[in-house]
Amino acid sequence: MFDIGEPGQGIVHVIGPELGLSLPGCVIVCGDSHTCTHGGLGALAFGIGSSELTHVLATQALIQRRPKTMRVKFEGKLSLGVTAKDLILALIGHIGAAGGTGYAVEYAGSAIREMPVEGRLTICNLSIELGAKMGMVAPDEKTFEYLRGRPYAPEGEMWDQAVKAWRELPSDADASFDQEVLIDVTKIIPQVTWGISPEHVIGVDGRIPDPQEIDDPARRAAFEAALDYMGLQAGAAIAGTPVDWVFIGSCTNSRLSDLRAAAEVARGRKVAPGVRAWIVPGSETVKRDAVAEGLDKVFIDAGFEWREPGCSMCLAANGETVAPGQRSVSTSNRNFVGRQGPRARTHLASPATAAAAAIAGAIADVRTMER
Amino acid sequence: MPKSFNKLTAIAAPIMRSNVDTDVIIRIERLVGNSIRGTLGKWAFGALRYLPDGSENPEFILNREPYRQAEILVTGPNFGCGSSREGAVWSLQEMGIRAVIGSSFGDIFFANCFQNGILPIIVDKAIVDGLAAEIELTQGAGRVGIDLEEQTIISPTGKQLRFEIDPRRREGLLQGLDEVALTLRRDDEIRAFQASDRAARPWIHFARKTA
Repeated sequence: MFDIGEPGQGIVHVIGPELGLSLPGCVIVCGDSHTCTHGGLGALAFGIGSSELTHVLATQALIQRRPKTMRVKFEGKLSLGVTAKDLILALIGHIGAAGGTGYAVEYAGSAIREMPVEGRLTICNLSIELGAKMGMVAPDEKTFEYLRGRPYAPEGEMWDQAVKAWRELPSDADASFDQEVLIDVTKIIPQVTWGISPEHVIGVDGRIPDPQEIDDPARRAAFEAALDYMGLQAGAAIAGTPVDWVFIGSCTNSRLSDLRAAAEVARGRKVAPGVRAWIVPGSETVKRDAVAEGLDKVFIDAGFEWREPGCSMCLAANGETVAPGQRSVSTSNRNFVGRQGPRARTHLASPATAAAAAIAGAIADVRTMER
Repeated sequence: MPKSFNKLTAIAAPIMRSNVDTDVIIRIERLVGNSIRGTLGKWAFGALRYLPDGSENPEFILNREPYRQAEILVTGPNFGCGSSREGAVWSLQEMGIRAVIGSSFGDIFFANCFQNGILPIIVDKAIVDGLAAEIELTQGAGRVGIDLEEQTIISPTGKQLRFEIDPRRREGLLQGLDEVALTLRRDDEIRAFQASDRAARPWIHFARKTA
């Protein structure tokens, strides 16, 4: 147990990797669907309900049907202003919020190999938004370097023994998958959701889709309900949509690299009048590391509120809610109806894009604000 | 203790919108507290079922007769996606739902259904759409039959539709088995695995603060 204010306290999907408790090859279950996050270290990690949790505690085991396998290759170099969050949102837009249902997903390709571990955790975090209960990245040198010296990571001879075993974990070069998806990341620009499912996503330079152009009745009905709920017009540009709230935090995007990316946009600028913008570090350690770098000061000087670590406004469980009808740009993972509060309107985006929205007072293209 | 499921003939309500998530099925604040079981039925689909002033939304299908009596939901793709909250299943159960029929479900929601004696049935989307159309033609009066033993759905016009289900799940529901007790019968195997894994991967079993 890690008490409030102590290093180790924080969102479980942030502190597990941070403490070196989540390790490659582990099976990790937790009563939360974003447990898939830990797959970023090469763990088999998935969320379960309370009955299955009871089962695990009582028996140390859980019977699972072997999932189908999917490999998603993200190939190419990320453009300026494009982050791990944009890649995974683009994938969800491409194959849909049920595209991964029934699958365990492996994320691979040059963009993943080049990506730091924190970005991989973000990618894996949104596996469940793809419908996949579990997602993972093969452990490699970046993984080992990330874990080395962490508080609960093995050390000495046991470390060497562990790394040797972890090197055996990646899929064979000739492994076959039930489904393969190839994404050219050079074509991806900063993403933002417009609707009430993560699959309702477009590039920040895009226009809100017209339900009339959709053939499938269930999908058309969902689009219509989404536009109605979100208070948006089909065909309108998403950029320039005024916002009331910006939330930078959650198990998706509350790690040090996320706060750095947001601070980079916020530095020397001011939050637009009428916008409330919160920064919520994912853990006490993230908070302390950010303070040591002076990021808290950057945010406070810019007019952001610097908050205590936790889940906060991602799911509105604790009274931290977006008011009815208000519009939020959030770095979290769900833009569901009422997720951030009854009738709250949520647009998902990366930390950089969220910071840009706070400064502009509207959904904005962070690429025009890069320095 | 899980309830068993065998046969059911009941009013069925089509909720055909895709991606109905577990936040929509039950809001998080209804799940906060120690004694929530038994209180959740009236909060199921809260965001769709009630207007901002708290009154019933007359447009929502489960607020209309005969759908108010529904024990089966016929659902659009990816019903129950999102959060692992088992409260989503409890709330459906507490409003009287005993089976859900759709072309796909959120994986965790799907598993949670079986834990509570609710039967989730996956069939082709064309079959789901056909069922929904038949139900709507009868304005909800046409009942849908489900026979788990025979693995069939009987549509309101009497069409017999076959469905597939994991045999272990089917047995569990038919007999209302206690999964924990079943797994504990294999306690020796579990302990043997743990002993060998402790030797093979000691770093997982002896995690302690090192730095």
